[in-house]
Amino acid sequence: MAILETQELTYTYSPGTPFEKTAVDHVSLKIDEGEMVGVMGHTGSGKSTLIQHFNGLLRPTSGKVLLDGRDIWADKDKIRDVRFKVGLVFQYPEYQIFEETVYKDIAFGPRNMGLDEAEIKRRVHETANDIGLSEELLERSPFELSGGQKRRVAIAGVMAMEPRVLILDEPTAGLDPAGRDKILEHIKRYHQRTKNTILIVSHSMEDIASFADKILVMSKAKLFCYEETVKVFARADEISQIGLDVPQITRVFGELKRRGLDFGKEVYTVEYARDLLLRRLKEREVR
Amino acid sequence: MLRDITIGQYFPGDSVIHKLDPRFKIVITILYIVMLFSGGNYICLAVGAVFTIGAILLSKIPLKMFVKSVKPLFIFLLITAFINLFFMSRGNVLLHWKFIKITDEGVNTSVFMVVRIVLLIMGSSLLTYTTSPITLTDAIERLLSPLRKIKFPVHELAMMMSIALRFIPTLIEETDKIMSAQKARGAEIDTGSFTTRAKNLISILVPLFISAFRRADELATAMECRCYHGGEGRTRLRQLKSAPRDYIALGVTILFLAGVIVLGRLF
Repeated sequence: MAILETQELTYTYSPGTPFEKTAVDHVSLKIDEGEMVGVMGHTGSGKSTLIQHFNGLLRPTSGKVLLDGRDIWADKDKIRDVRFKVGLVFQYPEYQIFEETVYKDIAFGPRNMGLDEAEIKRRVHETANDIGLSEELLERSPFELSGGQKRRVAIAGVMAMEPRVLILDEPTAGLDPAGRDKILEHIKRYHQRTKNTILIVSHSMEDIASFADKILVMSKAKLFCYEETVKVFARADEISQIGLDVPQITRVFGELKRRGLDFGKEVYTVEYARDLLLRRLKEREVR
Repeated sequence: MLRDITIGQYFPGDSVIHKLDPRFKIVITILYIVMLFSGGNYICLAVGAVFTIGAILLSKIPLKMFVKSVKPLFIFLLITAFINLFFMSRGNVLLHWKFIKITDEGVNTSVFMVVRIVLLIMGSSLLTYTTSPITLTDAIERLLSPLRKIKFPVHELAMMMSIALRFIPTLIEETDKIMSAQKARGAEIDTGSFTTRAKNLISILVPLFISAFRRADELATAMECRCYHGGEGRTRLRQLKSAPRDYIALGVTILFLAGVIVLGRLF
């Protein structure tokens, strides 16, 4: 069952001025409940504009956004409820932090939902645990934390609303490799625990490839493709043509295939590549 | 939407007006304002209107943008019109009801004032629409440079102005982003009661201030790294050069101004 759906979604910035620009052009897609979707695209491909439609921050110029089969703009006064169901974490979310303590900042969303104090407390502690923030950090000021920790506080702030769909816009941008791995690891764990739908926007295929069920690629305001991860990587050539990076390991295996060593499968994670190679080597030994 | 603010917005183009030397453009705008306020009758105003429309047509900027520039001041125009309408006691009484008295002179002045202010806004918008903020401050610095003799910090002032102008769009964008982020967390900003909205303002102002200070800090470091030390001995990348068309434009403006003054005396 599709939880999120767009029908011919189109959005134009500053219509009627010299700055007019169509950022999303007739995009139709369906996202199923519980899926982990990677969203890819070049800077300016329209991916950030697209995701801001999913929680009703932007209103389509034309076309529709459906949540659970209902048009989210059918009742304008209910748009806030949509934002609680579809949580959106912006790029560099640490810049939205404003409270005196980590606890209060994470509680901002749940408090806006009108939950009671006990429930807020439960949610703050649970999400802090999910995202790997220790208990003693909760009473500290968010401004004295490290960059990676601040980012996790901000992500927790949205997770604590327990949205059915969680959208993260480049959650790892500007972090060091250790911080990046940590955040991805915690998002993965959150997904396993809650089974909620997750969309992750990223430049880097390496980040997404290992755990996305499906990949959505935007190019020049249009939907380039939206398919299962394997199928997307089967089109590695086209993807590098629109200027996106294909994982290194996929490129290596592409080159191997070109030189006559065909594994018959698309390879996009190092672990999988290792297994394939080991198996091939074993076969040779047997022979 | 915050993005729709047009004050100080620049529309790139290559019309005659765009190409004019910004120093001349500032002087012309000042003369234009004098022209609007020195004429006391409708004929003078009509001449001013012809001048404005001519300049707008030459700039090739859609007329819609000028309508947009007047819009935010609509309330102000309305108040001006009302005050003139009700508080003018001279002239023949057209309507008298209890304490309200409307005279023909009152109607006259209010129409006159509104037209004059609309022209004023349109004309000065034309300056910012066709001149990038950086060239504008450049020109102001050059025009004010004689003041340096009396130890007036002209360069520093211009630098502050250009930095401020440069960061208006950045800060607007930033505010927009923070607002979206807080809205995504369910903050009521455009909706909700006055107190919740006021409370939610904090969630925008705190991050905005933090980021403004961070940017200021980064900018200061970047300037320091490039050995910025004020205006002393500083040369510029783009030299302002005046062309014949600048003198022609100035000449035409002076002609219009003279015409308005003469017409004002005659009628």
